[in-house]
Amino acid sequence: MSFKTLHRGENCSFSPRQTTIAGKIPYTQRQTIIFDNPPHIIGRMSVVGTKEGKGPIGRYFHRVLDDDKMGEKTFENAEIKMLTSAIDGAVYNSGLRPSEIDLIISGDLLNQVTTSNYVARNYHVPYLGVYSACSTMTEALDLASTFISAGKFKNVLCSTASHFATAERTYRYPLEYGCQRPPYAQWTVTGAACTVLSANGNGPRITMGTVGKVVDFGTTDLNNMGAAMAPAAMDSMLALFKETGAEPCDFDLIITGDLGKLGSDILRDLMTEQGYYLGQRYIDCGNMMYDVSQNCYQGGSGAACSATIFNSFVLDKIFDGTYNRVAYFATGALMSTQSCYQGETIPCISHAVVIER
Amino acid sequence: MEKSKRNKRYNAYVESVTPKTGTWHSLWNALWVGGLTCMIAQGIGDIYYALFPHLGKDLIVNFTSMTIIALAILFTGFGFFDVIARKGGAGSFLPITGFANAMASASMEFKTEGLIMGTSVKMFTVVGPVIVNGIVWSAVAGMINVLITGGI
Amino acid sequence: MNPVLDKILTYLIVFLVGGGLCAIAQLLIIKTKLTPARILVIFLLLGVVLEGIGIYKPLNEFCQAGISVPIVGFGAALTRGAIEYAKQIGLLGALGGGLIRTSLGIGTAVVMSYIVTLIFSPRSK
Repeated sequence: MSFKTLHRGENCSFSPRQTTIAGKIPYTQRQTIIFDNPPHIIGRMSVVGTKEGKGPIGRYFHRVLDDDKMGEKTFENAEIKMLTSAIDGAVYNSGLRPSEIDLIISGDLLNQVTTSNYVARNYHVPYLGVYSACSTMTEALDLASTFISAGKFKNVLCSTASHFATAERTYRYPLEYGCQRPPYAQWTVTGAACTVLSANGNGPRITMGTVGKVVDFGTTDLNNMGAAMAPAAMDSMLALFKETGAEPCDFDLIITGDLGKLGSDILRDLMTEQGYYLGQRYIDCGNMMYDVSQNCYQGGSGAACSATIFNSFVLDKIFDGTYNRVAYFATGALMSTQSCYQGETIPCISHAVVIER
Repeated sequence: MEKSKRNKRYNAYVESVTPKTGTWHSLWNALWVGGLTCMIAQGIGDIYYALFPHLGKDLIVNFTSMTIIALAILFTGFGFFDVIARKGGAGSFLPITGFANAMASASMEFKTEGLIMGTSVKMFTVVGPVIVNGIVWSAVAGMINVLITGGI
Repeated sequence: MNPVLDKILTYLIVFLVGGGLCAIAQLLIIKTKLTPARILVIFLLLGVVLEGIGIYKPLNEFCQAGISVPIVGFGAALTRGAIEYAKQIGLLGALGGGLIRTSLGIGTAVVMSYIVTLIFSPRSK
């Protein structure tokens, strides 16, 4: 495949430039943690909504809902039920008893991480609520791995959820409001995912984690999340590559969270400028989530987007030996609706983990 | 400053790669959806005029807009207004039907917080700007008009 | 003039003017990235100004529903009410006139929204 075709998206055109956009990025701090006692992934579960189940990788998900409301009165309750189902499924899958879980780290997109808090009240287990928008899953994995590697906890459960209807109401307009989205918009994924990490076991290990920095390249368009988050993904990717001396070809697969089609094309471009050629081993979860015919513009977004694909498709392929080393970068946009109306730009973050078989 | 220069560079780059809405296509959609809405309203008005000629023009116009507002809200309830709106864009939100849809959708959305704290509080979240600006500036315009023409 | 032909011509004007206004709004969205709420307010103010300087009425005679159904008509109706009421009861009448004239429409919208809310719930797409 020639260089030119790879860097030309279907609906966007990239042309060579004289100066690089990001310029030279200085590295003064160490962001990457190499775990001394890498935790093992021993249980996982992904639950997705109807629309996601009809997408190209729908058959990999463990449970596809036939009703996005799950028979509940509100969408918020449905999200809680969905996350509970994911956690129960993952614990069952890990072979542990619920009482053997030492810590739950969970997050979601709603105000005050409501869903996770309400789910956690049904488990009598220590709980940490985290918020990092769509990169919540990797933040939870990073934290959990650090705890386990240090020997403080044994079995840690990481989970996240997002729901199209609740996110839409929190961040945009009412559901039935007739508004036209621009072609670069993204669609919030309805889903929940859970991973159980343990100090013992023989599943794939999390060997490294990169804690991201908040990166803001001055974009203001609330609909163009991919473009806002791509620089954050680039920043964390460069940190991981430079600090470990790795090259993209050292990984069998590099996945990003929810940059969407446009954002992933931008990321390829940015990384090429920095001297790293991502090529075919790079995929974006948002880009894979929906079929073109599903009218989801640039693809999926939301906390569950990368988490569900990671826990189903990607881990399936790691377990069966297709991939041996995978780098997983989830990206999150850390704005609120108020900050955007006040004319602030969108700060973004990207945390990463490296999973080895 | 180095950072603002970088941001400017990045924004220009994003602008150049972001796919644009197909201008002619979306304009045509807005035109026919908006035009059709207006024609339907005109038709309803004509029917009313034929049925109740004694009501007078003002009342007929009022009844016509009441009818299409009611229709738009019913469409919203059944859940196909936003399907039309996604196609029509400005063609569906600029006519009074868009106003009705914005009101009904907000009121339905926040039903889960209760009829008082949800529906009643949030009903004007989306249409608020139209009502507030309409009242304020029409009052100003009315006063100026009366002061200048000296109607008092 | 033939009444049937006259009717067809009226409907054609309604379609073109109403559609044209919507197309202009759509063009504004595409070119300027203004949010729909701002565009609505701009067109509303257009109606207010047109009525305020007194050229809305002849326009409405010509375009009929083509200009009165888009939000421009709402702004004009508000202003028309404000002017009429101010002439009747004095300057302060402008504060209430607009609402009096448009009260039937707004009332319908509120009551219908309430009824629909009692019956239907929003659906996830």
